[in-house]
Amino acid sequence: MMLRGRDGCKLIAEKPKNYNAMPFGLLKYGLSKEYPAHQHFTPKTDLKPHYDVVIIGAGGHGTAIAYHLAKHHGIRNVAVLDKGYLGGGNTARNTAVIRSNYLTEEGVNFYRESVKLYQNLSNEFGYNIMFENRGQLTLAHSDAAIRSFRWRAEVNQHLGVRSELVDPQMIRELVPNLRVQDDARFPILGGLWHADGATARHDAVAWGYAKGACERGVELHQCTEVTDVRISNGRVVGVETPRGYVEAGCVVQAVAGMSSVVAEMAGIKLPIHSYPLQAMVTQPYKPLLEPHVSSPHVHVYVHQTSRGEFVIGGGSDPYALYNTRATLEQKESLASAVLELFPFLAQAKMLRQWAGVTDMTPDYSPIMGLSPVDNYYLDAGWGTWGFKATPICGQTMAELVATGRAPELITPFALDRFYDFRQVNEAGATAASH
Amino acid sequence: MKLLNCPLNGPRNITEFSYGGEYHPQPDDQTTDANAWAEYVFFHHNKAGLVLEWWCHTPSSFWFLAERNTLTDEVINTLTLAEFKLREASRG
Ligand SMILES: Cc1cc2nc3c(=O)[nH]c(=O)nc-3n(C[C@H](O)[C@H](O)[C@H](O)COP(=O)(O)OP(=O)(O)OC[C@H]3O[C@@H](n4cnc5c(N)ncnc54)[C@H](O)[C@@H]3O)c2cc1C
Repeated sequence: MMLRGRDGCKLIAEKPKNYNAMPFGLLKYGLSKEYPAHQHFTPKTDLKPHYDVVIIGAGGHGTAIAYHLAKHHGIRNVAVLDKGYLGGGNTARNTAVIRSNYLTEEGVNFYRESVKLYQNLSNEFGYNIMFENRGQLTLAHSDAAIRSFRWRAEVNQHLGVRSELVDPQMIRELVPNLRVQDDARFPILGGLWHADGATARHDAVAWGYAKGACERGVELHQCTEVTDVRISNGRVVGVETPRGYVEAGCVVQAVAGMSSVVAEMAGIKLPIHSYPLQAMVTQPYKPLLEPHVSSPHVHVYVHQTSRGEFVIGGGSDPYALYNTRATLEQKESLASAVLELFPFLAQAKMLRQWAGVTDMTPDYSPIMGLSPVDNYYLDAGWGTWGFKATPICGQTMAELVATGRAPELITPFALDRFYDFRQVNEAGATAASH
Repeated sequence: MKLLNCPLNGPRNITEFSYGGEYHPQPDDQTTDANAWAEYVFFHHNKAGLVLEWWCHTPSSFWFLAERNTLTDEVINTLTLAEFKLREASRG
């Protein structure tokens, strides 16, 4: 007997009864109407003519904002629109470094709250985001780096973040497989040890937020690109999509690399340049490396996933581009840099490589809050550092949308800081550290 | 290897060049207010498509303009500032 697919095509030959009963039992279970697969997200429906809030971009940020609006502010007539699929942008492409050891008071306070939310996120969702508190070590190869790390450690400790300067001996104990030798090309003089550093399954973060939002009535519409933003008397009134026009009470844009392109539809110019950021992973190995290790000096950072792969990332591409192509130059530079730190990787084979388009600001801090257009809110400028901010971004942006006022935690990141020359400079604490 | 055609040195590997950001005319410092200065310094069109931008051939410190497609990563044309100004003038 043959099993038949829905359109009558032959699928697989059925094995005789009792032979290999387990897989067959599973197949029967899977196809049975009595045990339907649980629907996490909105089934494909038409767009409604009006939503109280339209969120452009279904990455971690867009879905987190929707989740907080529905859960904490009772705002449920919300649509999250994405031109691609859920979490398919930089949320799918990042290297999942979570940390809060920034340099400015504004930055540290903000990212610290995000790390705290991450620690409880699996419980909050009832959905495993595989959060792991691994610690993060940033290496100093120069006296100048040691001085800046001492400064960062002081600021961090003052604001309640676990961060300390460590010497080469301590580094050997923290990362036994790291090459810490005086005859290295760039000897390691010390490091900034951040015990709160962590990682999580990046896709699961977007899935968890989207699931929680959809369960509370939010609609997720994938393959729905916003092609224009309609404004009337200085106030946003709706968005155009290939599936029709949608009226909106408020609009939030959370589109990462496409920030300038979408903002332009609303007539807003941003202090952003979009640059590709490339990364790659090796074949899996047995557990050899517990914390994240980052070297801003040789431009590389690396950690080993729970699957055993070494994830390797570094600096941005040398020029602006809206394209996720790879370059041999960048891959070579990552490979040679990582061998400075972990020579045993010389024999490793690369399994995958990819890139994402990142929305870089001049001060390496985000742009969050009000825009020149009424009821149009900005969540942009996340560059190479926005995955770690996903939970706090959801919380604070939702409060902004619900109340019309920016919570204190994000007021330093308003767009008008560039007119007032009040930048929040995180360049040194971001660069190749992520 | 990606090549960029330097108006002074001819085709060279793109790694020999530094990217200088999009071209926009500098405002007149006598008549410009602080807001317009901030915009000139920090804000960009950041267009997805055809752009005009500054590049520098680093070993020879030679600055010039390039027309590039930021979606396809293709350099369409490179020209000196003088050539660019001449072209603009002839277009009226
Ligand atoms: C290689 C790489 C490594 C990184 N590593 C780290 C890291 O270790 N730690 C860290 O904190 N951050 C890291 N980042 C940065 C981080 O990934 C991003 O800042 C973050 O994911 C941004 O989330 P988002 O939800 O705002 O954007 P995205 O996940 O990119 O979502 C934006 C969505 O908007 C959609 N969109 C765009 N235009 C439109 C339109 N017109 N209409 C409808 N939808 C639209 C896109 O399809 C996309 O799904 C890294 C980034 C890259 C590329």
